[in-house]
Amino acid sequence: MSENMTRRGAIKGLAGIVGGLLALPAARTCKAAVQNGLASSPAPAGYDPFKHKWLMALDVDRCIGCGLCVEACCQENSVPEGHWRTWIERYVITKPKAESGDTRGETFVDSPEAGRNGFPESLIPKEEILKSFFVPKLCNLCEHSPCTQVCPVGATFDAPDGAVLVDKNYCIGCGFCVQACPYGCRFLNPVTHTADKCTLCYHRITRGLKPACVEICPSQARIFGDRMNPVAEDPLERFIANNKVEKLKQSLGTGPRVVYAGLDEEVR
Amino acid sequence: MNTTILTNLVDTLPQFQGYAYPNERTLHPLWGVLIVVYPYITGLVAGAFIMASLVRVFKVRALEPTYRLALLTALAFLLCAPLPLLFHLGHPERCFEIMMTPHFSSPMAMFGFVYAWYLMAVLLLELWFDYRRDFVAWAKTETGLRGIIYQAFTLGVTDVTEPALRLDERIGRIISIVGIPSAFLLHGYVGFIFGSIKANPWWGNVLMPIIFILSAVVSGMALCVFAYMFLCWARRITAEMRCLDLMASFLFFALVVDTTIEGLDWLHRLYSAEEGIDVLRSLATSKLFYTLLIGQACLGTLAPFLLLGTMQLFRRKVAELNRRRVYFASSALILLGVLAMRWNVVIGGQLFSKSLRGFMSYKMELAGSEGWLLSLALLALPFLVLTVLVKYFLARDLPTMENVVPGAAPRGGKPPAPS
Repeated sequence: MSENMTRRGAIKGLAGIVGGLLALPAARTCKAAVQNGLASSPAPAGYDPFKHKWLMALDVDRCIGCGLCVEACCQENSVPEGHWRTWIERYVITKPKAESGDTRGETFVDSPEAGRNGFPESLIPKEEILKSFFVPKLCNLCEHSPCTQVCPVGATFDAPDGAVLVDKNYCIGCGFCVQACPYGCRFLNPVTHTADKCTLCYHRITRGLKPACVEICPSQARIFGDRMNPVAEDPLERFIANNKVEKLKQSLGTGPRVVYAGLDEEVR
Repeated sequence: MNTTILTNLVDTLPQFQGYAYPNERTLHPLWGVLIVVYPYITGLVAGAFIMASLVRVFKVRALEPTYRLALLTALAFLLCAPLPLLFHLGHPERCFEIMMTPHFSSPMAMFGFVYAWYLMAVLLLELWFDYRRDFVAWAKTETGLRGIIYQAFTLGVTDVTEPALRLDERIGRIISIVGIPSAFLLHGYVGFIFGSIKANPWWGNVLMPIIFILSAVVSGMALCVFAYMFLCWARRITAEMRCLDLMASFLFFALVVDTTIEGLDWLHRLYSAEEGIDVLRSLATSKLFYTLLIGQACLGTLAPFLLLGTMQLFRRKVAELNRRRVYFASSALILLGVLAMRWNVVIGGQLFSKSLRGFMSYKMELAGSEGWLLSLALLALPFLVLTVLVKYFLARDLPTMENVVPGAAPRGGKPPAPS
């Protein structure tokens, strides 16, 4: 075969490779344009996702575990029964055994019905409890979201405004993203048979409203804002300035953006 | 009445112990038994192909009687490989999106390309170049449907002169050489799907693709031993002992490498004792006790390891019949052991919460899309396909080229046609 190779042929081949490489960016731009045209999101026409950066912050010390946020989320987003876009966890940490030298005893976590109906009294006697607190959970709006990385068709995507969304008209329902989310935030919707998750109530925030969970929270444990358009006395800015904030499972390198104040080491 | 009580009882039993994230508290794991079957089948494909490559690339002549059988086995299983995935999808009608608009950062998006490459560019091509001269011969002698099939498969290329056959041989070997990394790619990518999930300490492991490849080679070789012995039994002919001994040797050495790497994986996990090791340890000793420690470790690895190892040491002292029995039993045990391994990886990774605070349970159903019946059917289907393929392309009464075209070039380095 090699004796048939001419210089002309070799140059043609090289030119083809170079041409192909040059065409790649153009092809990618076309693909992005087509995807933009085909992608569906609940945002109204005229909404520019490049001009916003949404963020949620959670004040653990303020959460009273009433479950209204979970109920509001379920109603607002028609979340199918047994699945949750947001939930509340209750942590009960017992006192250490006498003379054990430990700083704390056992940790018990529960979230009956995701905390939707509040929490029944803990079975652990009060005198044995060292401390107890509630932690609201939702999509962590990761910067390097593993769910987006693994989607085989690009149905889930990081919107420029910080939301991580799923195009349910495009998702094939393989469940890879559900497996890849380390926070347990995703589920396969039994009605649409596609991946589902917290969208920050995208249909609301893109119309100037707050997410349902933030709107209803009676103790202002959930703070929501637009980092690109801070309002006067911006609550989110104040929250971040006044608290030592943390994020969940940072060691995994997912770059979670949702910030927490008052987290205990037991919270995962 | 009893059924109702039982159903109610099962429904009221806790689906999890400890704490699991609310979305994890489902009755079935998201990836059920179909996703167990899928890597099992692709692994068998890759392993069977490696077995065939031993003849073609590494010129292990003693294995020639199994060359075509190994290739046909790989083809039969490859044809069925996408089915479990397809049945599992929430929207199977959108499956082509994986190939039309692949998201290149996803290992799953590579499925379409890897599969198409392996089927079209490797397996079918190698088979065609290997069978071409026979298709030409059979098209001349066979009539009816068989004749039409063989005629069609010649693709109109009826040149069986010596240079043409030499070219077939050469191209076949090149494809086979390309096929080895392709087979590793096919199964390595399946391992990568699991190994890349850093959210799950049971899966997220750099050794996962390597373990998948090695276990694939072991299971594929075991399948070839199994299929060859079964075919000989069905045809009432004696399997060639030299071939069987050699296959068993390769199987043993592959098992040694596989066991070493899997052992190393566990050693590393236990020694480094990273976050989550307590959960993994209790998973291995409780929820996966029967499938991991009994099924995979003892029956699927240790028993064949000892059996085949003994045969390596004392082959001359063991009667042929007993050796055959040991080989058959070992290959069957390995096949079950690797199935258990796939179960342990796929289901095991979903039996504990990603909060590392609790365990979920798995109640497998008989019927339904994630039930026993469909899984068994999908596991049986490749064997049915293989039976058809053997009937059409490995039939004993098919003539050889030498019988049809007097003076035709003799086959170089090919297995003798079944007599």
